[in-house]
Amino acid sequence: MMGEQRVDDFAERRQHLAHLSEDELEQRFWVLAGQVVDPLLELARTHTTPSIERSVLLRMGLDSSTTQGIVKQALAKGLLGHGAGHCVWRYAQLKGLSIEEAGTQLAGGKGWEDLEGYFG
Amino acid sequence: MQKTFDYEGQGLNLNVKMDIEDILQNLKDYRPRRRGWHWREMIPGQKLGPFEYQQTSKGLEQSQSLPAAKFFGGIDPQPECTVTSEIASGRFEDDLRRMRMAAYHGADHIMVIRTAGQSHFDGLIEGTPEGVGGVPISRKQLRATRKALDLIEDEVGRPINLHSYVSGVAGPEVAVLLAEEGVNGAHQDPQYNVLYRNINAVRSFVDAAEAKTVMNWAEMAQIDGAHNANATAREAWKVMPELLVQHALNSVYSHKVGMPKDRICLSTVPPDAPPAPALRLDLPYAVALRELFKGYRLRAQMNTKYMESDTREVTVTHTLNVLLSRLTSADIQSTITPDEGRNVPWHYNSIHAVNTAKQALVGLDGLQDMVQIKRDGVLGEAVRELKERAVLFLEEILAVGGYFEAVERGFFVDSGCYPERNGDGIARDSKGGDGFEVILRANDYFAPVCSHFGDNHLPEGVSEPCAAIGGCTLCHPEKIQYIDELDAEDNANRRLAESRPFRTEVLRPEVEWAGDGILSMTLFLPTDERTARVAALEIARQMGWEEAEVIHYQVMHPAEGTLVEVKGKLKVKIDPKTLRIPPEEKHLSPETVRQKISERPLTVVAATVGEDEHSVGLREILDIKHGGIEGFGIKVHYLGTSVPIPKVLDAALEIGADAILISTIITHGEIHRLNMERLHQLCVERGVRERFILIGGGTQVKNELARAWGMDAGFGRGTKGIHVASFLVKFRENRELARSKD
Repeated sequence: MMGEQRVDDFAERRQHLAHLSEDELEQRFWVLAGQVVDPLLELARTHTTPSIERSVLLRMGLDSSTTQGIVKQALAKGLLGHGAGHCVWRYAQLKGLSIEEAGTQLAGGKGWEDLEGYFG
Repeated sequence: MQKTFDYEGQGLNLNVKMDIEDILQNLKDYRPRRRGWHWREMIPGQKLGPFEYQQTSKGLEQSQSLPAAKFFGGIDPQPECTVTSEIASGRFEDDLRRMRMAAYHGADHIMVIRTAGQSHFDGLIEGTPEGVGGVPISRKQLRATRKALDLIEDEVGRPINLHSYVSGVAGPEVAVLLAEEGVNGAHQDPQYNVLYRNINAVRSFVDAAEAKTVMNWAEMAQIDGAHNANATAREAWKVMPELLVQHALNSVYSHKVGMPKDRICLSTVPPDAPPAPALRLDLPYAVALRELFKGYRLRAQMNTKYMESDTREVTVTHTLNVLLSRLTSADIQSTITPDEGRNVPWHYNSIHAVNTAKQALVGLDGLQDMVQIKRDGVLGEAVRELKERAVLFLEEILAVGGYFEAVERGFFVDSGCYPERNGDGIARDSKGGDGFEVILRANDYFAPVCSHFGDNHLPEGVSEPCAAIGGCTLCHPEKIQYIDELDAEDNANRRLAESRPFRTEVLRPEVEWAGDGILSMTLFLPTDERTARVAALEIARQMGWEEAEVIHYQVMHPAEGTLVEVKGKLKVKIDPKTLRIPPEEKHLSPETVRQKISERPLTVVAATVGEDEHSVGLREILDIKHGGIEGFGIKVHYLGTSVPIPKVLDAALEIGADAILISTIITHGEIHRLNMERLHQLCVERGVRERFILIGGGTQVKNELARAWGMDAGFGRGTKGIHVASFLVKFRENRELARSKD
């Protein structure tokens, strides 16, 4: 996909900025930049991704290959929105396992029915 | 050849090579000893040698100063800003030695470039596979590197920042890895993913918030990716308004995520290079950037866009880049190796780059105390225009519906100077690209760890997220899982076993990897460019070089000649034990020399001979104020410059001198050899050769050759008065000893 072409119309386009002081111009720059990123931050606050979930599992003390196994399956079962870490923690609670044992079992394909049952 | 060294509880020995195999031991138990970025400690008004500096920092305990430092007491002033060296040859185990060299010359920010393709790798790489154009960033590689840097920073006496990349499809995981392993700085900019890596835009921004939160816990310095627009756009100087926008979006996003401004660094590159009127274009941009981004930090990168194979040309451009840093400001002065345009950077070119920055920064010390930017006039107008164009850019992003829409319409990396558009921007579909798996968090979404961004619903009875699991790895690093290697063939241990002889037993030239055998030569051929290039390769072939390649050529004149640089491989093995290395000349202590001279005075006659007006070198050997031989009590009769040889001998005979010192700087037509032979012959003809100690000196003089030409000694570049004085005393004693035996 290509962008459109346009001649430099800076002279006309800038008319509404011409009267601004240097400070006002800089303030406007930062207000606008904030307005561009605010919806992106909102997306980040309310969404997650496989990499975020694997990064959570790493911080729970699981190794990188175990995190891959868990997140792939959580995504396939539609459970990633609850949090992959949540899945491991919940499964450990349900079965009385350590986090490491629960993670290993889930990565190996065990226990997902229990979690589907729990999260409904 | 080299002793191995056990590091457990000990540091490096300056005269012993690092033992890489030893560094790779016990990595499972290694923990970084600190976290966070380190800025140099500036010392205003620092006195070093004969000078006072305004922009230097605490000095190093052990370092290599610039070559000219020998004229100023060997001082090695360290600029107040961080100096970066990018080091990544593909084999990290070989890079560790280069890091030690770079730190010894003044780098304190080691940037490890990732291997090609890692930004698309959906997860962490483990082990130490060989990389292409960079290094696979893994836990083992980071641990070994950080462990080596601990030793290196102790050797030089200054903390060294390790740096890598947190962009790419696995940003959050890489951020956790880097945070856990004590990495001090990283590139993170979702726009880089979107524009240059075609990673899904939504995912990139969602991932970025998490990655930045983790980086912030680790107190890393963040560098953005805006400089890539310079390198990508066809006409780099026209993307300045967009660069301001890109910097702003990543900066404000990072700040809103929680990063303090003083750890958010803008990666900025002067967009131009001569023969463009570079400073006239780049200075207004640099000023606009620094005015708009007050409070943020500046990482000044050197230009790579307009560089090819001429290392001299590149070095001048990079020096101008540093001038721009000094005219404005830089918190981090990054360096680009002068050979980056022609090959994967070589060891010594990394060091050259560090020295280009150090030399220029120190040479421009305190510039702004005397020189001020003319803010009004053409510069002010250009600054204002850039700011307005950037504001208009932001307005249009919002007008079309926001960031993703703007990206879909190809707003970015368009080579027009906004609002001009050439329609050649990079357009990305926000539903396309790699890794479009962005999932809405459920109402019970929970992540039981620290430094997690966004909604996190704690289950009943859980007070802190990571309390649910008894602490996460950021609180309890002992929980980190260490994987050593996954590939039995492609790993550092295998490569080290092969390269070990070249690191411990035999010598072979090396520019990149131990034992690579790469060497280069520079030659001038008096012919046209095409003939010269082919002839140069034929010369390399006849010298026994393999895989010879022309890496640079430059027309001196279409008919008269061409400069050619050739690289190739030579599979030599030199066993240092078989070399006949003459023992280093031990000179007497100044006290002993003074004592011997006071017991038995010694007189010399000295002159610059032939048609030669150079006097500085000889005066430094003679004069008391330069530490010359007069200072040891030797009587000196200095005859001046352009003195004919017979006159020198006449004067020596008349005064009754013990020694004759002749200086010959000019070497055209072997004039230095002829003068030395002449003096010797004349002494022999007059029957007085045994009466005098004859010494020849000059920048090109070598002791062995001078003696072959009839002198008793020759002294070349780097000679000090004590060397000559010590020689005179020892020679006189030895000669008398020999005579008494006859």
